[in-house]
This record gives sequence, C-alpha cells and structure tokens, in this order.
Amino acid sequence: MKHDIPAAQSETIHEGGQHPISLYLKVWGYLFVLSAMSYMVDYMQVQGIIRWTLIILFMLLKAGLILSIFMHLAWERLSLIYAILVPPLLLLVLVRIMTIEADYAWWTRAIFMGGGG
Amino acid sequence: MSLTTPDKRDREIITPALRDIVSDWSADREVFRHTHWGKAMMWIFLLSDTFIFSCFLTGYMTMRMSASTPWPNTAEVFALTIGGQSIPLVLIAIMTFVLISSSGTMAMAVNFGYRRDRRKTAVLMLLTAIFGAAFLGMQAFEWTKLIHEGVRPWSNPMGAPQFGASFFMITGFHGLHVSCGVILLLIIASKVARGHYDRTGDYSAVEIAGLYWHFVDLVWVFIFAFFYLW
Repeated sequence: MKHDIPAAQSETIHEGGQHPISLYLKVWGYLFVLSAMSYMVDYMQVQGIIRWTLIILFMLLKAGLILSIFMHLAWERLSLIYAILVPPLLLLVLVRIMTIEADYAWWTRAIFMGGGG
Repeated sequence: MSLTTPDKRDREIITPALRDIVSDWSADREVFRHTHWGKAMMWIFLLSDTFIFSCFLTGYMTMRMSASTPWPNTAEVFALTIGGQSIPLVLIAIMTFVLISSSGTMAMAVNFGYRRDRRKTAVLMLLTAIFGAAFLGMQAFEWTKLIHEGVRPWSNPMGAPQFGASFFMITGFHGLHVSCGVILLLIIASKVARGHYDRTGDYSAVEIAGLYWHFVDLVWVFIFAFFYLW
C-alpha cells in the first residue's frame, strides 16, 4: 500500500533548517547538567524522600528531552505519539503487582527462614 | 470511501488534533500512512524493547524488595580509586556522559542527513560509533573488576546474592544493545559515505538508526537512576 507522505511537507520539516544545530547542542547541554545533578545527589549523600524525588525528577526530565527532541517525537503525528506512550503505562500495573508479591516474599523469608535468603 | 462531515456538535467536542487521531485509526487504511514505514516499524520494535527492559527492571525491583539481606551499596561497589582517593560511581558517571555525547552527535548526524550533507553525516555517525565503543570498553572494565572482586550471578561478598543476577542481566542486555547499535551505525555510516542514500534520495535510514541509538541512551537513563543511584 502506498504511503501518503506529502513530499513537500516532509522536506520543509527537515530541510528548511527548522531545527538548527544549536537546538541539539542546547539539549545536549541540558542532558549534561541533569546527569551531573543526578550524580551530585549521590555524591552529596542526599538521603531519604528527597533523594528518590530528585532521582525520579532528573530521570523523567532526561527521558522527556531525549524522546521529544532527539527522537523527534514532539513533531510526530498524535496517533503515533499515543501508540508509543500509552501502552507502557500498563507497566505500572505490573510494578504494583510485583510490589505486593515482593512484600509477601520478604515476610515469608523473615518469618519462616529466619531472615536468611 | 467518503468521510462523514462533522456537524456543529462534533466540532465543539472534537479538537482538530483529536480528529486527526480518529481519522488515522478509523479510515480503514494503514494507521501510520503519514509516517515513513521504516520509522513506524522501528518505533514499534522500540516499544516492544521497552517492555523487555521494563520486565528486567521490575524483576530487579522485586528481587531487591524481597531480599532479606542488605543490598550492596552501589556507590561503594562502583567506586574507583583515583590518585589515592576513592570516588563513588565515577566510572558510571563517565559512561553516562559518553553515552549522552554519542546521542548528541547522532542527533546532529540525522540533521545533516536531511540536509544531504554526506560528509558531515558520515563523520558524525562514525563519532557516535566511537563513543559507543568507548562505552562498551568501560563496561567491559567494570564487569572485569566486579568479577575479580567475586561478584557472581548467584552470590557476592558485598550483600544480597540477587545483586549479581540483576547487575549482569540488566547491564549485559543493555551492553548487547549498544554492541548491535555500534554495528548498525558503522554499516549505515559506510553506506552514507559511499553515497548510497544520495542515489536513492532517501536519508531515512540515518534517522531510523538514530532512533535506535537514542533508545539505547534512554534505557541507560533508567538503569542509571534505578540500578546505580537508588
């Protein structure tokens, strides 16, 4: 089946210099700073809830920058964006199920195996 | 097939963006017909790969939560002694910066590809592959160091025995992806350099290889946060 990619349109997006190189250098810089900051979280021995919050925050910001700018997701059609970003949300269900399971396994080990294992 | 024309009420509740989604999915034709097929297929492959890595990371979470012996302190396990001083996680931090840099050069290679700049595209892709190979070298060093210290998939001297299994499985699978990426980049770069895509007039292969490479970097972002920093 033939694909309707309007030649003129796809060329203006990519060839008209709509994304100057400076955009990529800027994102590169942001990613460097964010990585350095998440490394500092460990280096400065930040502990507790602030540590988890900062790690998750920097991780999501980095992932968002890579996905939207480097992988050009920000300029794709919405149908493709949703097809890619919605299914992984199911993983939250898996994570929830596995936390319950892990909790159960931990208590089983603590009670019946004297904390070993 | 003629499209039904939206009446006034439809226009009120459906924004143009939503209408695009509806027409893409319900036109009784290929959904992603506006996107290069190779790119759409790469995205679907990456989606399946997302599930694979997520299963590994979720498995790691389960093992770590259910371990009744303390988990090894990653900041100490992955510390290196440089100039008589022990710096925590230093090699992992360098690996992170190297991988991010490779993503930066790859993004620029894709940009130059669409500008039909053959030389710059090929050079930047080659640079990306070199960064990738450097990353793999450091990972090999890390593995060697840990194996010498007695870390095995079933036991280790630092704490919970599940640590070794998660470490080798997750970083090993990621390393395999990087290796495949380096090979893919070298193949595409040599085709770019030989003018293959100038003859076909289609530089999409560069962008598709780029998508794969950025994904490898993306996965590392999650591994870095959950495995090394947590």
